[in-house]
Amino acid sequence: MDYRLSLIFTLPEIILSVSGMILLLIAAWGGLKSARLISILAVVALFGSSAYALEFLTNPSFEFGGDAFYGLYRMDAFGSFAKLLIYLAAIVSLMIAPRFFKDSGSYRPEYPVLILFATVGMGMMVSAVDMMTLYIGLELNSLSAYVLASIIRNDVRSSEAGLKYFVLGSLASGMLLFGISLVYGFAGSTNFSVIADTLRGQLSTGPLIGVVLVLAGLAFKISAVPFHMWTPDVYEGAPTPVTAFFASAPKVAAIALTVRVIIDAFGGQTSTWQQIIVFVALASIVLGAVAAIGQQNIKRLLAYSSINNVGFLLIGLAAGTPEGISAMLFYLVIYLAMTLGSFICVMEMRDAEGKPLESLSSLAGLSQTRPGLAAAFAVFMFSLAGIPPLFGFWGKFLVFDAAVAAGMLPLAVIGIAASVIGAFYYIKVVKIIYFDDPADQIVKTGHKTENGLIALMALAVSPLGYLTIPLLAPVTATAAQALF
Amino acid sequence: MNQLDFPILSLMMGLPMLAAIICLFVGAHAARLLALGTTLVLFALGIVLWANYEIGGPQWQYVERVELFGNFAWALGIDGISMMLIMLTVFLMPICIGASWESIQKRVGEYMAAFLFMEVLMIGVFAAQDIFLFYILFEAGLIPMYLIIGIWGGANRIYASYKFFLYTLLGSVVMLIAMLWMVQDAGTSDIPTLLNYDFAPEAQTWLWLAFFASFAVKMPMWPVHTWLPDAHVQAPTAGSVILAGVLLKMGGYGFLRFSIPMFPEASEQFIWLIFGLSMVAVIYTSLVALVQQDMKKLIAYSSVAHMAIVTVGLFAFNRQGIEGAIIVMLSHGLVSGALFLCVGVIYDRLHTREIDRYGGLSINMPKYAVLFLLFTMASIGLPGTSGFVGEFLSLIGLYKVNSWVTLVCTVGIILGAGYMLYLYRRVAFGELVHEDVKAMPDLSAREMALLAPIAAAVMWMGVYPESFMAPIRDDVGTLVARIDRAAPEGDAHLKMGQAKAAPATHETEAGHGESH
Repeated sequence: MDYRLSLIFTLPEIILSVSGMILLLIAAWGGLKSARLISILAVVALFGSSAYALEFLTNPSFEFGGDAFYGLYRMDAFGSFAKLLIYLAAIVSLMIAPRFFKDSGSYRPEYPVLILFATVGMGMMVSAVDMMTLYIGLELNSLSAYVLASIIRNDVRSSEAGLKYFVLGSLASGMLLFGISLVYGFAGSTNFSVIADTLRGQLSTGPLIGVVLVLAGLAFKISAVPFHMWTPDVYEGAPTPVTAFFASAPKVAAIALTVRVIIDAFGGQTSTWQQIIVFVALASIVLGAVAAIGQQNIKRLLAYSSINNVGFLLIGLAAGTPEGISAMLFYLVIYLAMTLGSFICVMEMRDAEGKPLESLSSLAGLSQTRPGLAAAFAVFMFSLAGIPPLFGFWGKFLVFDAAVAAGMLPLAVIGIAASVIGAFYYIKVVKIIYFDDPADQIVKTGHKTENGLIALMALAVSPLGYLTIPLLAPVTATAAQALF
Repeated sequence: MNQLDFPILSLMMGLPMLAAIICLFVGAHAARLLALGTTLVLFALGIVLWANYEIGGPQWQYVERVELFGNFAWALGIDGISMMLIMLTVFLMPICIGASWESIQKRVGEYMAAFLFMEVLMIGVFAAQDIFLFYILFEAGLIPMYLIIGIWGGANRIYASYKFFLYTLLGSVVMLIAMLWMVQDAGTSDIPTLLNYDFAPEAQTWLWLAFFASFAVKMPMWPVHTWLPDAHVQAPTAGSVILAGVLLKMGGYGFLRFSIPMFPEASEQFIWLIFGLSMVAVIYTSLVALVQQDMKKLIAYSSVAHMAIVTVGLFAFNRQGIEGAIIVMLSHGLVSGALFLCVGVIYDRLHTREIDRYGGLSINMPKYAVLFLLFTMASIGLPGTSGFVGEFLSLIGLYKVNSWVTLVCTVGIILGAGYMLYLYRRVAFGELVHEDVKAMPDLSAREMALLAPIAAAVMWMGVYPESFMAPIRDDVGTLVARIDRAAPEGDAHLKMGQAKAAPATHETEAGHGESH
């Protein structure tokens, strides 16, 4: 094993960890004043890592990837693609934060540092080919996330969100760890490929429980039903930029991790995990749709929307084919644009004093006071509902295509029929924005960075997005193929 | 590329798209002018399309294809049937814009943008040659229509817009799964190829049902028609015109383009379902229409009844039935559009659609009464108007297959005469009892300009339908040849008569004659 290669393969993580530690020191000495500088440096570090991830993804000499650190970590197209998405989401989360925090107290330099550490953890999650790396990456991400959720210390809801996230997250980590130890006990290794080789044929009860517990722990992290209960509370309580971050980057990481564990480690046990994933997918779609209907808080509504979307993503996983995984990756790209876009729109919901508004009713008649913002919001909502010609349709199209190709017609039919329930609350938001009389609560002007990002995301999910298909489809296909 | 050497269909979609975007950023009056100008240009382009269409030429004309999206292509092309429906669209659009000239006063730019976007989608649906492109455009129509009903609709607009959106969405989503399966089975998403691909008969049953769910809602067929009266009543006048005039035709077009030629065996298998639902629709909705107090609702129910004539004609599996169904579609597009405009004219004056609030309009609004009478007669299917041609052909086609269904549908047409004449009597005849009605002025020049072209088209189609049937003849022939293997046997079992023994020279002729 060439140690030099190991270091090269892990360069994105090394860059982020080193810059994270340096920035932590700057924060310790520089105090609150350094926050903006640290943000900028963090974005630079993320861009640096993205450049490496992009290089790994596109340079033909890295085509087949490679193991680092004696099979603990794997650099491949799948991981690199997921990392690129994670880094981009993290960059957006950093760009939108300063203004929000300034309006509600002060912008603390710990925010960018924590984002960096969380991103390191996520990078490890998507590259892990060993249960130990997986767990360490997951915890590094989660611990940063717990602190991020409660970063506004004097806000009760933020603290509550952090605590709730911590307690439930620990529970999930416990389940995951217990599952890992069972699997390890029966397989004799924590390495994915060894597990895959050992666990063949009919599983006995012990490793079966292990697999189920591992999946349960992962289902918690991707907020899939029935382990979703933390999501609405945490999304509602956490500051909006943090929520935007939670809904984007860690989601990508956790889903990519789940895919890797299932395909790499439990690939030989299709019949075991497939029925679990099918159930979880359908339950997430239906519950995410039904529970969202009664919500009055836009952040809670978007939380259920993310649960709903995870269900659709898992349909691609349930297919268990390279096409299915490729569809998931494409879906994730679109999902990121839609989710980040919607959350930035939520951040624009401020009253004259800059206080953030979150109730649906404050959106009433937005189309007459802020037509641009309203149009973008409507685009995101229709896109999340999967109504063509908006690009959100394409993600659903691909996962259902994969499910049909894998012969899972009942899953596809039930899933797509349930998406109509989801459409109801999305068009309800559009109704509030466009049909209701203006509530005139939201200030008339927006912020430049936010407006620019909203416009960018809206363009990405507009029908123009279809033009990116020839560009992105081969990349997602390569990335998915790396797992098989 | 095609007979015009430039992508005219893409132009016809790109132009209104561009105008729609511009409309969002300009003032009310400029938006009106821009929308009217664009739709008129499109109408002119439509005429170019028709004039250069080679009757008897290749089945698909004006074909363009760009591999733009990886999994599917930007593929457009039209046959005669598509062309007639596109003509209907571009003909009605300037009229819709004109109808909204004064009645829409708030958020004009967005309104015009929604209509222009709608036009892009409608032309696209009829011209799409890729099944996924078709689906995207077909579904996309929900968004502008949802906004049109919801923003500019009547008092109960929110309920109506939800119902419209969710009903049609639920109908359509399963069709997508069927399309995915079809494309994987056939290995292509190209509609002309799929039209000649034979799916396994067992699979056809399921595929047909999935498509039926979508088109039956869109059509709409009884019992999934209930979204239509709500949507019509609440939509602004132009919205109703476009909904009844073109959007409903998408259901019929879907049956014609997908269900019947792609799944002939399944279509034959489910003929009882289509005939059953259509019979109920013709009788039931006509009776419902008879007791309506709201004019728009009455016309909406009459649309359901007319669409039932379309479905029975389409599923007659013979030339007369299918040609008749297409003519009914075109005719209904014109006539119901015109009827909604007629309602709009008096609604703009009195702001009520309640029939009892009117009466005696022929006294103070003679021009209006004449035109309204013409459209009423066309809706009933009086010879000389477009309605007659289509209904007559449909029923002839149907009679070859099933005389009982024909009997029921014909009774429905009599009922149709009942509710339409009853409506006309209550609105136009009698004494002028209401003071405010007495003060209503006759048609303005603008309203005259909206109704007169439709009246001319209705008469033209009624007197010389050949203009409209020539382009579709070959395509119907192709379709009939395609589905011939599954065509149902007629229920009229004619017996060959015994020829007279003498004189011998007439024997063959007489026998020949009797067998028909």
